[in-house]
Amino acid sequence: MADLKLTDVGKTYGGTVEVLKHIDLDIEAGELIVFVGPSGCGKSTLLRMIAGLEKITAGTLDIAGQRVNDVPPAQRGIAMVFQSYALYPHMTVRDNMSFALQIAKKSKAEITEAVERAARMLQLTPYLDRLPKALSGGQRQRVAIGRAIVRDPKVFLFDEPLSNLDAALRVATRIEIAQLKEQMPDRTMIYVTHDQVEAMTLATRIVVLANKGIAQVGSPLELYERPKSEFVAQFIGSPAMNLLPGEITGTGMRTTVRLAGGGTAVSDVSTSDADMGMQVNVGVRPEDCTIARQAAVYSGKVALTEALGEVTLLHFDPDEHAQEPVIAKLPGIHKGLRGETVKLSVDPAKVHLFAQGTSLLYR
Amino acid sequence: MSPILQGVLTIIIGVGGCLAYFYGSNLVLDRVVFPARNDDQGRNIRRATMVRPWLFLLPAILALGLYLVYPVVGSFIRSLYDRSGSNFVGLGNYLEMFQESGFRVAVFNNFLWILFVPAASTFFGLLVAQLTDRLSWGAIAKSLIFMPMAISFVGASLIWKFVYAGDPAIGIINAIGAYFGAAPVDPLQIPFWNNFFIMIIMVWMQTGFAMVILSAALRGIPEETIEAAIIDGANPFQLFFKIKVPQIAGTIAVVWTTITFLTLKVFDIVYTMTGGNFDTDILPSYMMDYMFRDDGRATAVAFVIMVIVTPVMIYNIRQARKDV
Ligand SMILES: Nc1ncnc2c1ncn2[C@@H]1O[C@H](COP(=O)(O)OP(=O)(O)OP(=O)(O)O)[C@@H](O)[C@H]1O
Ligand SMILES: [Mg+2]
Repeated sequence: MADLKLTDVGKTYGGTVEVLKHIDLDIEAGELIVFVGPSGCGKSTLLRMIAGLEKITAGTLDIAGQRVNDVPPAQRGIAMVFQSYALYPHMTVRDNMSFALQIAKKSKAEITEAVERAARMLQLTPYLDRLPKALSGGQRQRVAIGRAIVRDPKVFLFDEPLSNLDAALRVATRIEIAQLKEQMPDRTMIYVTHDQVEAMTLATRIVVLANKGIAQVGSPLELYERPKSEFVAQFIGSPAMNLLPGEITGTGMRTTVRLAGGGTAVSDVSTSDADMGMQVNVGVRPEDCTIARQAAVYSGKVALTEALGEVTLLHFDPDEHAQEPVIAKLPGIHKGLRGETVKLSVDPAKVHLFAQGTSLLYR
Repeated sequence: MSPILQGVLTIIIGVGGCLAYFYGSNLVLDRVVFPARNDDQGRNIRRATMVRPWLFLLPAILALGLYLVYPVVGSFIRSLYDRSGSNFVGLGNYLEMFQESGFRVAVFNNFLWILFVPAASTFFGLLVAQLTDRLSWGAIAKSLIFMPMAISFVGASLIWKFVYAGDPAIGIINAIGAYFGAAPVDPLQIPFWNNFFIMIIMVWMQTGFAMVILSAALRGIPEETIEAAIIDGANPFQLFFKIKVPQIAGTIAVVWTTITFLTLKVFDIVYTMTGGNFDTDILPSYMMDYMFRDDGRATAVAFVIMVIVTPVMIYNIRQARKDV
């Protein structure tokens, strides 16, 4: 129903503290966009600029084709769900949800209709006459979501809506949000989170923010399979991708890299003759590693194993060549590997190559 | 003995006495009364724990009993005797008093005071707190408004005596009047309204108090609820009256009632401004009229004041507790 267009958006606090710059982003109507990034990278700031709670100090923001830089929040057609719920503590659930409509001077019947429909959607009907303090955390967050729905906004903004909930409730509410999105396919949603699973499961597209700008935008699997940079590669996926330094020794449709640690990696990423001898980092996801008899990408002594049942994590001894100790994630249960020397190999299709932090795929 | 030495000695004896009492009484409890030894160890420790709070409370209870409960009872008994204090008159003092027009005027004025002063002080305090909230020079404005709090009632009254002074060369009101060619007036002699001119002094002093407390309360409102309301489309007035004020309603009630019983105790302002003349008496100043002349009557008034204050105070304490 509404598309957003951010053009060269930037934010400077107090004239000196630059938090974001050169943000260009097109969001299509009906998308669920997730902002992720390290703490303090400006996710909330960007969301609040879209909401109108924070002044946009550079660039322009258009919602549904209308320039909204100077439009007050209430007239932008947005609704926001806060991490702390931000319910009005002195009002009942019903009043919390109808406040915006009352302000907008909607008719009584219309308000009741809208509130009750939202309450049914979120299973809040039995709680309509309670005060927020008499609700559990999950119910409070649902009221906050209900308050947003009642306003019938074009764009929903969520700032870490689930991070105050416990693990089980987080999963349940996440699924509710996914269902909600399905019931309202034409509404645009922008969602800030720290949680990888939330980002991967909910998003149509993920926006990774870092270093005051956008590191990469793409569908969850695109970011996972074809990260543009080492930063994105390590940020998406858990445990983070292993990076092993090496030198290109064979080019062509397939690239061969001799690793500083002694192994040899083959990648499906193609290179040209000019790349011969280039210093690169080979990126290997822990879950793409398999145990090999010989001709390994990596071999090392297992310092620690973590058996989770469905998978087993192998933490290798710190390696003088890799920045971080290598981690492998093997399906199933593997006993007695601790202290052993293990060789790992990786499918060439899943070997990433990075030169100076950026992927060779995107040259 | 030099006064300084005397003072130091008093402090040493006082503080040392306290320490000795707390240390000694606990020692006696633990070593002699319920020693934590042998078979009874567990039971004795439990008993000692039950007694201990009372050891700490005892001095306070005694002091309060001596200086609070005894005077209340004593006053009540005194109010049942006549001026000389030797003849029992029952409720005579009260009956006589209720029939006196001066008393009725004082009661009426007192109700004006408890309606107007807390309402006006809280209102202005809230207004200032809100208006100065995000102002760069708000802190200066606030300290100026807070300053009258530091003046004594008598001092404040003297200042306002100058404000109301009849001579246009002294009183600002008459100076302004004179500028527009009006004849000098004495605001303190205008019937009925003179009460309000006196109350303004109290409002002037208490606004600072209300402002400080309410300003802290306003700061305590979660920022997100305000932002949520902004997104919901509330304008500044709706934001203030529908989101902010309800959230600090408890604090407003506490401020209101605190000022209410401050107001019920005030006597100095009226005494200094008019001495209770021109129908401006309130109960405490009315009481002072009788003090030392007819202690029976004066204690009876004191008792009426207490009866009026008590419910306000109970409400205040309840509200303050609820707020926490
Ligand atoms: N009012 C302000 N003045 C100056 N700097 C600010 C202000 N508000 C936020 N910042 C800075 O802006 C940066 C981005 O803050 P923001 O809250 O957007 O981070 P975030 O990505 O949401 O972090 P988190 O994941 O921890 O919520 C931070 O470095 C913060 O210190
Ligand atoms: Mg944030």
